[in-house]
Amino acid sequence: MQEGLRIEDHPILDFKKNRGKKVHITVNGKRMEAYEGEPIAAALVASGIKVFRRTPKLHMPRGLYCAIGRCTDCIMNVNGVPSIRTCVTPVEDGMIIKNQGI
Amino acid sequence: MAHYDTELAIIGAGPAGLAAAVEAAKRGVETTIIDENMKAGGQLFKQIHKFFGSHRHLAGTRGYNIGEMLLDEIAKLRVNTLLSTVAFGFFEDNRIGIYREGEVSSIVAKQVIIATGALENPLKFKGWTLPGVMGAGAVQTMINVNGVLPGRKVLMVGSGNVGLIVSYQLLQAGAEVVALVEALPQISGWHVHAGKIWRLGIPIYLSHTIVEAEGREFVTGAVIAGINNKFEVIKGTERKLDVDLICIAVGLRPLIEVARLANCRIGYVDGLGGFLPLHNEYMMSSRKDVYVAGDCTGVEEASTAMEEGRLAGLSCAYSLGKVKRESYDMAARIINSNMMELRIGSFGDERRRCKEEIFHHFAALG
Repeated sequence: MQEGLRIEDHPILDFKKNRGKKVHITVNGKRMEAYEGEPIAAALVASGIKVFRRTPKLHMPRGLYCAIGRCTDCIMNVNGVPSIRTCVTPVEDGMIIKNQGI
Repeated sequence: MAHYDTELAIIGAGPAGLAAAVEAAKRGVETTIIDENMKAGGQLFKQIHKFFGSHRHLAGTRGYNIGEMLLDEIAKLRVNTLLSTVAFGFFEDNRIGIYREGEVSSIVAKQVIIATGALENPLKFKGWTLPGVMGAGAVQTMINVNGVLPGRKVLMVGSGNVGLIVSYQLLQAGAEVVALVEALPQISGWHVHAGKIWRLGIPIYLSHTIVEAEGREFVTGAVIAGINNKFEVIKGTERKLDVDLICIAVGLRPLIEVARLANCRIGYVDGLGGFLPLHNEYMMSSRKDVYVAGDCTGVEEASTAMEEGRLAGLSCAYSLGKVKRESYDMAARIINSNMMELRIGSFGDERRRCKEEIFHHFAALG
């Protein structure tokens, strides 16, 4: 996990209190921490991951864009199922997440 | 295949849909609300600033507290809430096709309210598809709902209320806002929001635009430049900014897929985001027994969306025979007068004019 990408000190919000249980997910073979119930995309952002997928033909990098499940730029392979919108799919313990179209 | 029958089905559990559910359910309408998201509340839970308006519009209350209040109310009123549920089709007899927990099923409703909200506009420039170019609202979701920072050094594009508010909230979240650019020669949003970032010394470049997002794999910088009154880049004014996140806040447009599936007549009103389902002043669409409310009927604010939702919910209760004519008229008048209070001032006047244009187009449908 990249240092400081989780917001801990905020003048209005208390994220520590509201986060789910700490679990582990595997992203492209690497085990990392996440919180149960948060969108997969949030866990990836917290880990400093920016490239979520590549376009099929030109292999251009794409990342999180709309965060409300409309643009599909953040789709990945989750537990063997391709094209899962990571911004609207909650983290579960032990999820295996991979880039697709590489 | 699971199947649901309900008196009122509401598609979208944001401020408009929730307010509609409260208004209908408290008059005895059996109400089902569906939303494709994991949590109800729409974009209210990322609004951590205090709302404006009068006491009646919950001025001084933060958006997420308004969200909690609405969720409490629909729980008390036993509104049937189906989350992580996608509406994919709209068939005869108000049958709505839904996808839920890996299964296709349907809801048949006597009345339907479509309250699907809005989507951020993209902006095209060199490098616009790079990871690190994000919608400002998307960034707001990440920092205020999920508590993660998608970048540390930010360029904000657009000085409407979203651009201004999200800039300030990025600072609250611990990011650095390097600059804000605005294509117009003046700030587009409310000066009360602009003042918050202005006072902190964040440069706001007016008559400027983004020319390029730099980087191979993700954003490593940005180039901005001055533009003339034809919105053409003035050569020699380009400057590089050291940023890792570019937020695009150039307006929103109504999300009208479900209204289109329902075959509601669509019109085009530029001042409210473009294509939208035409409706009358009681939020009735051109399709029988289908009402519309909130940003999907023209992009305004959460406060107006809630008033429109109330009106739609009340109208459905009336159509279902749960309210007498006199009390309907009185309640509708109160909601309308609250709504008019939100459509005054330099920004509100234009929105009111646009809404009247929608009513006019609707009346012309015959």
